[in-house]
Amino acid sequence: MSGHETFQPQNKALAWFERRLPVFGLLHSSFVAYPTPRNLNYWWTFGGILSVMLVVQLVTGIVLVMHFVPTSAGAFDSVEHIMRNVNYGWLLRYIHANGASMFFLAVYIHIFRGLYYGSYKDPREVLWILGVILFLLMMATAFMGYVLPWGQMSFWAATVITNLFSAIPLVGDAIVTWLWGGYSVDEPTLKRFFSLHYLLPFVIFGVVLLHVWALHVVGQNNPDGIDVKSNKDTVPFTPHATVKDSFGLICFFILFAWFVFYIPNYLGHPDNYIPANPLQTPPHIVPEWYFLPFYAILRAIPSKLGGVVAMFASIAVLVFVPWLDTSKVRSARYRPLYRQFFWILLIVCIGLGYLGAKPPEGGYVIAARLLTAYYFIHFLVILPLLGYIETPKPLPASISESVLKKHAGAPAAAGAVRSPERNG
Amino acid sequence: MATATAGTTRRDFLYIATAAVGAVGTAAAVWPLIHQMNPDASVLALASTEVDLTPIAEGQIVTVKWRGKPVFISHRTKKEIEEARATPLAQLPDPQPDQERVKEGHDQWLVVVGVCTHLGCVPLGHQGDYDGWFCPCHGSHYDTSGRIRQGPAPANLEVPTYEFVSDTSIRIG
Repeated sequence: MSGHETFQPQNKALAWFERRLPVFGLLHSSFVAYPTPRNLNYWWTFGGILSVMLVVQLVTGIVLVMHFVPTSAGAFDSVEHIMRNVNYGWLLRYIHANGASMFFLAVYIHIFRGLYYGSYKDPREVLWILGVILFLLMMATAFMGYVLPWGQMSFWAATVITNLFSAIPLVGDAIVTWLWGGYSVDEPTLKRFFSLHYLLPFVIFGVVLLHVWALHVVGQNNPDGIDVKSNKDTVPFTPHATVKDSFGLICFFILFAWFVFYIPNYLGHPDNYIPANPLQTPPHIVPEWYFLPFYAILRAIPSKLGGVVAMFASIAVLVFVPWLDTSKVRSARYRPLYRQFFWILLIVCIGLGYLGAKPPEGGYVIAARLLTAYYFIHFLVILPLLGYIETPKPLPASISESVLKKHAGAPAAAGAVRSPERNG
Repeated sequence: MATATAGTTRRDFLYIATAAVGAVGTAAAVWPLIHQMNPDASVLALASTEVDLTPIAEGQIVTVKWRGKPVFISHRTKKEIEEARATPLAQLPDPQPDQERVKEGHDQWLVVVGVCTHLGCVPLGHQGDYDGWFCPCHGSHYDTSGRIRQGPAPANLEVPTYEFVSDTSIRIG
């Protein structure tokens, strides 16, 4: 894709530097002149929101580490010390803890945006898979971070999640002992989780750069899911996308601030304000909300290995979505059947999240099994079949045509005649 | 350089030998980085635990800590022992007679690691459908012999290595 303008510094010093290291040109072509499809809606602002959330988590995390003590005797108290004594410690910790939830909220919207508009399809497969890797890294980071305050939920979450690996035949127990550095979750576990919790965000940062790079190679998808054909289909990133992303970010931050300042513990569990006790499991342990659908899948299968395999498979299946979806049409706007199945999938995922928070008994287990089955059927059966069954609606000739048609004031004669045909 | 007719050459051998030595060297360098995460000497050196059984009343379950894990010591009633022995092995997901899970002559004492074999939670005593233990995390039921009866756990509660030092005390480990 060609930019709307190229970077030519007028300043002599800048030009001198640019000839030796063209970093400003790179920034300019990536975030100023970069052509974005002119029909992008607000669902496209979540990539930018996610980048900012990563920075928020990095900054607050690095600061929190200055006060945290990664020992089994000191971790819980040091978190309370941060809350009570450290200047603005309460704010920093609440931003960091709620920031994790906001990060996942944004990433789930981002993922479902991709699923709705077919953002994973040719030529964006690698971009999509990098996204799945980022999602996995986020999950690992969030999990290890949750362990650090060393409360009851921290401890038992660490125990349950690390025990997932004991389901591996033959070497499972050896792997779990290796992960723990002992015969139970204890101080060695806390220390290594602390080390990795500090490392992984930087790994995420690196993969984000690859993700953005891949995005800028193939170009953004758009709500119509059709390729950019000419300069008329695009607008420069700055000011259009910059302003739109900023506005989306501010709205998102209002929600974030509401959580931080008014209901900072709403998404947490009171049990995590009880220091870790290796001899007593809390009566009802549940993971953080963003893991609940996967937790429901884990518990739905009445076999230890089966449950673990199903849980990992529910994420792994996303990697193959670009090839499981056989339709040539990207956007659900032009896929009348897929659009319905998309919403069913979203409801199923929310339903799994609800069931993941319920005790594993009676009707909840049966419902979780049904929804788990549907989750996999969606990806493994419905998605491949739809491409053959479904008759997509006619695609607009170009992005600019679709935008201009939609925003044409009084319906011109031609437009009035054309639109029923296009929509039917 | 090797050609199709010349077959393998000394240079091919050198390439392969270099790569092989490099791979072995890398593995040797990585091993300490991996093995440092395994239990260290101080963890391995954790002493065995000796427990006095006299204060444990009949029908009581006591939890002691061994290697950082809870161990349940259950002083079983006659009824509990009979329940465990009357269960046909065919009904068990992980068949094991009660006699194998206790020391001969000490049938009333059941000693098991208090870690659910599903995902490691600590089950609650005197609960569940089989009068034994119930794991609150994912709903596994264990009987009065600590054997899995219902739920996602694949195996019975583990019986640790222990011995009776006297009639009223045991050493675990």
